[in-house]
Amino acid sequence: MGYTIAEKILLTHIDKPKSIKPADFIEVKVDLVLGNDITAPLAIEEFRRAGFKKIFDIKRIVLVADHFVPAKDMKSANQAKVLLDFAKEYRIKNYFGPGIGIEHALLPEEGLIFPGDLIVGADSHTCTYGALGAFSFGVGSTDLARAFVDGRCWLKVPSTFKFIYRGKISNLITAKDIILFTIGKIGVDGALGKVMEFCGPIIKGLSMDERFTLCNMAIEAGALTGIIEPDEISFDYIKQFKTKDLKLLNELRSDSDAYYEKIYEYDLSGLQPQVACPHSPANIKSVDKLKDIKIDQVFIGSCTNGRIHDLRIAARILKNRKIKKGLRLIVIPATRKVYLEALKEGLLDIFIKAGGIISPPTCGACLGGHMGVLAEGEVCLSTTNRNFIGRMGDPKSFVYLSSPLVAAASAITGRITHPQEFLK
Amino acid sequence: MILKGRVHKFWDNINTDDIIAARYLVTTNEKELGKHCMENISPSFVKEVKKGDIIVAGKNFGCGSSREHAPLAIKGCGISAVIAESFSIIFFRNAINIGLPFIELEDTSAISSKDILEINLDKGIIKNITKKDTYRIRPFPEFLKRIIKSKGLINYIKQRYHLYV
Repeated sequence: MGYTIAEKILLTHIDKPKSIKPADFIEVKVDLVLGNDITAPLAIEEFRRAGFKKIFDIKRIVLVADHFVPAKDMKSANQAKVLLDFAKEYRIKNYFGPGIGIEHALLPEEGLIFPGDLIVGADSHTCTYGALGAFSFGVGSTDLARAFVDGRCWLKVPSTFKFIYRGKISNLITAKDIILFTIGKIGVDGALGKVMEFCGPIIKGLSMDERFTLCNMAIEAGALTGIIEPDEISFDYIKQFKTKDLKLLNELRSDSDAYYEKIYEYDLSGLQPQVACPHSPANIKSVDKLKDIKIDQVFIGSCTNGRIHDLRIAARILKNRKIKKGLRLIVIPATRKVYLEALKEGLLDIFIKAGGIISPPTCGACLGGHMGVLAEGEVCLSTTNRNFIGRMGDPKSFVYLSSPLVAAASAITGRITHPQEFLK
Repeated sequence: MILKGRVHKFWDNINTDDIIAARYLVTTNEKELGKHCMENISPSFVKEVKKGDIIVAGKNFGCGSSREHAPLAIKGCGISAVIAESFSIIFFRNAINIGLPFIELEDTSAISSKDILEINLDKGIIKNITKKDTYRIRPFPEFLKRIIKSKGLINYIKQRYHLYV
């Protein structure tokens, strides 16, 4: 029996490589350990309380202040300071302060992620890096504290579900629609603890930015992670950074006789833009079924959909148009680099002239932190990843999730709208 | 270890925003977090919890974010154990790592709110005293037992590296 790409990466990250099989408990050696201004302070506290003094490798720790920054209040200011002080004390090179970017958009952009790497991060959307053919998964703060010490993490070897996508899709269908469609089919625990391996002709045709969106939401189906075999598109992306031996990357393929616990095959021909309705990412409807839903706020951003591709497609719709009177449009570029690029390309100009509000990079609005918190009874259409009760603010507010195309179109009309009303 | 308490019953897919909303993630204090446990979905929950009470839920408990503040909030409000049909992958790790007793029980539908349960973790048995019923628990795999026995991941690591600091 052969191995899946995920199993192959695990095999290269354990002591005395031997065979592994699903449900084995292993301890993996990690290439990179990530924490943010919410999860790392708890880890740092545990690290100090336990009396640990040394970090296994300061080059392999990444700390990103991105959730509640620039600080939204005194408490979050103190948390961000814990992060900064720790980074200074241990001379952590990869410390990224407020405004530099949202971790999962930032790390690949900084060239910190390579195919075949194993990354743990104290943030559930760490699964994003599977888009580059890395094995990455979210852990808790205690895991983070432990990984600081010895660069290791315990893991129950997951089995893999394969998702194959075929068919002819319109240019109004994005990776967001594909992942929402998938979560709608299998449910929020449809891949509980599994690896979701995404493949097929449609996936091959997705740009890197779109692949990040796809893998980002694997956690929303309960998966440990999502992964895509590296190909020319991912090679092109990583070539701009240091060069690992690209030939080795060709081995990062699932074997033809690898074991898949389940295989799902979807023909996406004729798929309409998908929207997740309150209060579950699996509560999926086609956009045309929701045209009577009025909205108070549109948010375009986050580790799911705050990359340059997302802003470009949203700007295509908003160019020379105005948003509905009384509606708030909040646009948050995911990183400083995206921000600058959007500025250069005139995208921010388009958003601002349309009536939008631009914020520096932060996770803020996605989790009801700041920069777009909802009031009681308000409805938001958001390009983020979760629409749980109270996720973006008041427990009596409502969040719908969609692609940036649907979000931009809806900002103009003030109700959930098919992008075909503005783009052909 | 024997845990005895009154049940607070929840449903499937209880997520980490339900358990502790992100607006409260500005502290790492267990007791402080505990004051807001389940606030978004059950504002009266914290007032009703007595020390030692037990949360019982359906499948996929703790889905969503990786915030360890969620199991901390549960501990902080006085809950002694969580029983669910399945747990999200990250909540599962966090509960093991911080030593929050949690139990996977294939079917929790027979347990209702206000039932009194007695959990015997060593024997792997849950007694429903109210309903005069008994449920069997699947034992933890050996690897996890070692972490649980050490009372959490940090102690496990300290023992492993002989760091008695």
